[in-house]
Amino acid sequence: MQDLGISILFKGTNFLRLLGGLWTTVKISLIAVLISLPLGIILGLLMTSNSKFIKAVCRVYLDFIRIMPQLVLLFLVYFGATRTFGVNLSAFTSAVIVFVMWGTAEMGDLVRSALISIPKHQYDSAAALGMNSRQTFRYVILPQTVRRLLPPSINLITRMIKTTSLVVLIGMVEVLKVAQQIIDANRFEYPTASLWIYGVIFLLYFLICWPISLLSRALEKRWAD
Amino acid sequence: MDLEFIHKYAPLYVEAAGLTARIAFFGIVFSLIVGVLCGFIRHFKVPVLQRIVGAYIELSRNTPLLVQLFFLYYGLPKLGIMLSSEQCAVAGLTFLGGSYMCESIRSGLDSIEPIQTESAYSLGFTPVQTMRYILFPQALAVSVPAITANMIFLIKETSVVSAIALADLMFVAKDLIGLYYQTDEALLMLVISYLILLLPISIISSLVERRLRYAGFGN
Repeated sequence: MQDLGISILFKGTNFLRLLGGLWTTVKISLIAVLISLPLGIILGLLMTSNSKFIKAVCRVYLDFIRIMPQLVLLFLVYFGATRTFGVNLSAFTSAVIVFVMWGTAEMGDLVRSALISIPKHQYDSAAALGMNSRQTFRYVILPQTVRRLLPPSINLITRMIKTTSLVVLIGMVEVLKVAQQIIDANRFEYPTASLWIYGVIFLLYFLICWPISLLSRALEKRWAD
Repeated sequence: MDLEFIHKYAPLYVEAAGLTARIAFFGIVFSLIVGVLCGFIRHFKVPVLQRIVGAYIELSRNTPLLVQLFFLYYGLPKLGIMLSSEQCAVAGLTFLGGSYMCESIRSGLDSIEPIQTESAYSLGFTPVQTMRYILFPQALAVSVPAITANMIFLIKETSVVSAIALADLMFVAKDLIGLYYQTDEALLMLVISYLILLLPISIISSLVERRLRYAGFGN
């Protein structure tokens, strides 16, 4: 070992390039989460509606999205849409579309289960107290739903960040791709680069996701009823 | 839709699905073993080991499988640890799945009130009998739905192993798209293959879950 392989990180702008690559995927996850939050709430409300037809349609959508590996969905949009509809989507756009579709399904299911977990006597008691349906929703149902919803929704952010690492497989230049470039460029000077760089990426992901998981767990504990 | 193309290349998908199933099978079996061990350590709060298991769970749950695989496949050989692609895939899946299985098993064990054990002892059950007739059936009712959900999750996660040069379903689909530009057919077969792999397990798991609900006390 001529010198420690980890020094490759501090050579030139290598570390900044890695962080830039990581930002690409984190950006996709944040955009996807922001869009899928409202859409998921709408989906969740639709799934608790009384119409059998709407419920069935939502169910099929949800089941299909959830049973397919996210990578398959990425392939369907990235390769399939181009061929079938003749639209040329960039990898970034396809990734955002897929993760919005997936996030909406996951969020919709969270909203649905939070809504149906409210016992019926809450509605009955509110009615007995003379609240109309809007007041019941605003003062009784909504606060309880939000408490049940917030921890798993925050958890969804970490799942989103972890899953967006897949975009490298549809050819996006993100942290793993940047890592490959750095390793290949320094193949002879730093033969052990791959160990250090992939190790650092592993830690970076951990450092991003761990605090979010902790926050989600802390909220869950605090609001446990 | 080119049926001849589908007919010609379907065997490739069957072979690839076999690889996916094999990796998933070993990954699930090993993660169950890791999960049971870690779950017991966490539940009975074994000193020191408990801390190590806790750190492992945080590490594995907060990092993507793809990054874990890259580290195993490209990083570890520099330390002299050479694994084949398939061994890497199974090891990665076990590393990821072990923590998920552990949490499911622990939540099952934790859900049993201490009074159950105490009552069993006062009725003269031995510890083994208590485990077998009192704790195990109740823990199972809580754990099994979570475990089957983890199994489906792990099978889905195997879709990234093409990144470490394994010819799985994703690999075959991408290859056919690249070679023949028959995108629709290749993707359709891909979706159908995953449905065939995952739908039966999904249906069985919801049936099992419904059955087990009766086993839970007071539901």
